Amino acid sequence: MSARGASNAPRGSQLPAQEKVSNELFTLTYGAMVRQLLHDFETVEEVNAELDAMGARIGSRLVDDFLANAQGVRCADFKSAADSVARVGFRSLLGVTARVGAWSETSDAGSGPSACSIYFEENPITDFVELPRGLEELSYCNVLCGVIRGALEQIGMHVTVVVVKDMLKGADGNELRLTLKEHAAETYPFKDDD
Amino acid sequence: MATTQGRWDVPLPTGKSEVSLSAMSFLFSELVQYSQARSARSIVELERRLEDVGYEVGERMLEVLCLREKGRRRETRILGILGFLHTSVWKSLFGKVADALEKGVTEEDDEYMISDNDLVLNRFISVPKEMENSVNCGGSFAAGVVRGVLDAAGFPARVTAHAMPLPGTPAAATVGPGNTVSVPSRVRTTILIKLDRSVLQREARLAA
Repeated sequence: MSARGASNAPRGSQLPAQEKVSNELFTLTYGAMVRQLLHDFETVEEVNAELDAMGARIGSRLVDDFLANAQGVRCADFKSAADSVARVGFRSLLGVTARVGAWSETSDAGSGPSACSIYFEENPITDFVELPRGLEELSYCNVLCGVIRGALEQIGMHVTVVVVKDMLKGADGNELRLTLKEHAAETYPFKDDD
Repeated sequence: MATTQGRWDVPLPTGKSEVSLSAMSFLFSELVQYSQARSARSIVELERRLEDVGYEVGERMLEVLCLREKGRRRETRILGILGFLHTSVWKSLFGKVADALEKGVTEEDDEYMISDNDLVLNRFISVPKEMENSVNCGGSFAAGVVRGVLDAAGFPARVTAHAMPLPGTPAAATVGPGNTVSVPSRVRTTILIKLDRSVLQREARLAA
């Protein structure tokens, strides 16, 4: 495990040089999409669920792109995967820094922690956003939960991700809670050799 | 609700921050898929939905750019607002100035075209061959942006997106015997703007 310090450039050399687009295009497009969802669906819960589902689809495709570009990122167990999501994923894809913390106590013998939180203050999808009255239930950042869930699903980890703290709702920071449900062991197709 | 920090309490973003193109492309892809699922196989409806999303982006972009770049001034003349679209709006949204701003040849002088040879939103979208000339997702979105900016600035107009294969790029390349693999051809997106009559009348008054 690398030291937590020097968070400005955690494993900096591994950050891929990715093509960038303006954050404003991203944030306004997302906002307009959320508005369209609110218009199309009847309840806010449905919108939250749809945002999560969209995120999961994005995540399951984004993970390939991410692993292909970021060399040497370790995702062997939940701890290193969560670490990679926060330190490298947030930085290279969204251009913001995030931290991992609040690891749960190790549950089973030797299997490592099964829950942690990702903290971040800057959130590129909420520039210009203010939740109007009556939409307090809307989980605007649910798409991020979906992305993390979808991405980890592709590498065999079934996790649940929920928004614990949301700066749009007056919290002093954003916090996403990741809980590992199941880690499918990788099985190799040995029979292919026959 | 008193705890919520209002938007007016935080400084206007500088517009310098960036996200990766992958994140944007996947988001746009979800938007297109969602719009397609909601539009019951109608291309017109799909394009209308993408345009609506673009419209909201355009409306807001005008506000942000006027506050940030133009010293809180807005363009009131036709050429001014078109130049603003072609340069400022394009640059801050799509990362580069649009490739062309042209005037259509019409009797009323009310048509203008903004063209982009490589719209960033279209980069990872491949359109099925039989629809190549009829649907242009990034283009519809951009047309919405243009209409949003124009409308919010007081220039009502009809805006449509058109796609043309860029000359010099092959639409399909032959790989191996008999296998035709479609190579995504570069598409030139042209946004056609037809200004409302009231805009032309005002322009004539201002010019006098």
